[in-house]
Amino acid sequence: MSKNLRILTFFVIIAASLGSLKVYAAAGAACGSFLSEDGLTKGECKEAYINAKDKASLQRGAQVYMNYCLGCHSLKYARYKKVSEDLEIPLSMFQENLIFGDQKMGDLIQVGMDPKEAKEWFGNAPPDLTLEAGLRGPDWIYTYLTSFYIDESRPLGVNNKVYENVGMPHVLIDMQGTPRSVCKQIPAFADNGGIKQDPLTGEQLTEEKCGFLQVDNGTGEMSPEQFDKTMQDLTNFLAYMTDPLKVERETIGTYVLLYLFIFTMLSYLLYREFKKDLH
Amino acid sequence: MVTKLMNWFDDRLPLTATIERHLTKYPAPINMNIWYLAGVLLVVVLVIQLASGIWLLMNYEPTAEGAFASIQYIMRDVKYGYIIRYMHTTGASAFFALIFLHMFRGMMYGSYQKPRELLWVLGWITYFLLCALGFTGYVLPWGQMSFWAAQVIMSLFGSIPYIGEDLLTWIRGDYLISGITLNRLFAFHVVLLPLALIAVVFVHILALHEVGSNNPDGVDVKKFKDADGVPLDTKPFFPYDVMHDLYAIGVFLIFFVAIMFFYPDGGGYVIEYVNYEAADNLKTPEHIVPSWYYTPYYAMLRAVTFPLFGLTAKFLGFVVMAAGIAIFVALPWLDRSPVKSIKYKGIYSKFFLALFVVSFLVLGYLGAVPSTPARTIAAQIFTVCYFAYFLLMPIYSKYETCKPVPDRVQLG
Repeated sequence: MSKNLRILTFFVIIAASLGSLKVYAAAGAACGSFLSEDGLTKGECKEAYINAKDKASLQRGAQVYMNYCLGCHSLKYARYKKVSEDLEIPLSMFQENLIFGDQKMGDLIQVGMDPKEAKEWFGNAPPDLTLEAGLRGPDWIYTYLTSFYIDESRPLGVNNKVYENVGMPHVLIDMQGTPRSVCKQIPAFADNGGIKQDPLTGEQLTEEKCGFLQVDNGTGEMSPEQFDKTMQDLTNFLAYMTDPLKVERETIGTYVLLYLFIFTMLSYLLYREFKKDLH
Repeated sequence: MVTKLMNWFDDRLPLTATIERHLTKYPAPINMNIWYLAGVLLVVVLVIQLASGIWLLMNYEPTAEGAFASIQYIMRDVKYGYIIRYMHTTGASAFFALIFLHMFRGMMYGSYQKPRELLWVLGWITYFLLCALGFTGYVLPWGQMSFWAAQVIMSLFGSIPYIGEDLLTWIRGDYLISGITLNRLFAFHVVLLPLALIAVVFVHILALHEVGSNNPDGVDVKKFKDADGVPLDTKPFFPYDVMHDLYAIGVFLIFFVAIMFFYPDGGGYVIEYVNYEAADNLKTPEHIVPSWYYTPYYAMLRAVTFPLFGLTAKFLGFVVMAAGIAIFVALPWLDRSPVKSIKYKGIYSKFFLALFVVSFLVLGYLGAVPSTPARTIAAQIFTVCYFAYFLLMPIYSKYETCKPVPDRVQLG
């Protein structure tokens, strides 16, 4: 075997190993019985907007979190001060608007609720959400937040498409309006992937499919687009929570890589000089 | 001045002799190829792991109550703590990736054959220690996967007939996996195992420098020497190999740093997503998977689904899994081939080595995904293939036609 062929074999083996890993990685957290808007895919999460550099989005997300979520869900591995610094919210403004009770800036973000009582109320103590975006992925969170619907059979009157029979109330119902699970007529697809047509009139055929989410018109404080944007900001904030130093890390990483490129180039030149001795 | 200083040392310590023996006059075959880099990169990773480990230790808290939070403290509040931790987690995966390549190199070029049997055995011990280090280290963050992986692996000891249950309690130090278990795994991970690893690696390198490096042709370079007694087809390790390795280390670190800073989770392989949740002994994760580097053996464990001779399937699976790791040590005595390198071995050796690689990769995949009846059958077939490489070796390596081995190394 020639030298090049050997090196090729080496990389083929590595690529094959990585390839087999990818198959596994694709099987990530699925989104329950969530139905996409066109009704074609079930259980696939919507793609969330994640941008650790969009401070405005993170600030809006933090505002929603501190006002609506922190009542139950702590962020107990993070500190208020770090959040205010990272999100570029002035300390005094943060203290006045986003810290409730007698907590200090340097404190971890805790909730006042007793976990034992919480378990009695909801069936399960509301989990800490510092690392939720790492555990379930931002896409899952975003889809979950937008997938509540009215279900009178549940103790809290709501259910969720992503997390069946979840014990969480729809905290943002005033914001969103009344979401319902509805049936819709969607174009019927033939086996070959084309849209079914009536053979006589040429009209497109439709079929009924259930499980779509729809908000009753005019019931929410926000328009559907506004609500969607707010949930994206909230998701972005939770993604920041899991990985607060992403921006700093990638900046340092770029410098380290630059250094290593120069180092490797120089060491290659050195190696080339020494190699000349051998032949 | 320098000569004087060296003389002063040489009278008290074999300094010059050691430097010459291991660096400036250590003869390295000139035909060593890219596969020979894994060894030096393993030493680099060992240093990375030791250094980052010491700094992690400064802020880690080995208690069931505080472990998970202390990791987050390192990740968030300790200045650059996240760099240290990601260095350590990426290093763990790199360690295994490299040792697999290193072992495969040895299998390919017959580096375990006489006179390198002991060298191979020592290397195998480092692999075993690494497996233990990986397991104990994985438990320390005390996340969900840490806890349940510990639960699964430790319960294997409970499957041993007669003594199992008592042994399990003794190993755990408790009736459940608890803070006590965490404490002892912590002690092993930071003291006993690294000490042993360093010692064995040291002896491994000593043994290597005693018998000399093998090469892709598997020929003995010491047969032909020049007037000074230096083997002809070699070059001094320093500076030629060192310069070469420096360049290789640069390339390796580029990949390492790229993962560390930009994909620290490694798609859920370097850090598993389930471990973002603190350990909870009342809540079993849906799908328990070990780290990627154990998945071939985990697949073997699950492949044994039937009891035999009055022994439970779980115990037999445990035995098969342990045998899968242990069997490497027997290689020097299983190979009856007159030639070392796969280049000159016959077609059967080539076929079985390829079968081994495919089995290892497929088992690795099967160990990482939830099992289904079809996957279990596949795991059983490939477990048999994996062992066939070893157990049939005395036969196929003896009765195949090999190509003639040249006297001296071949370049190109």
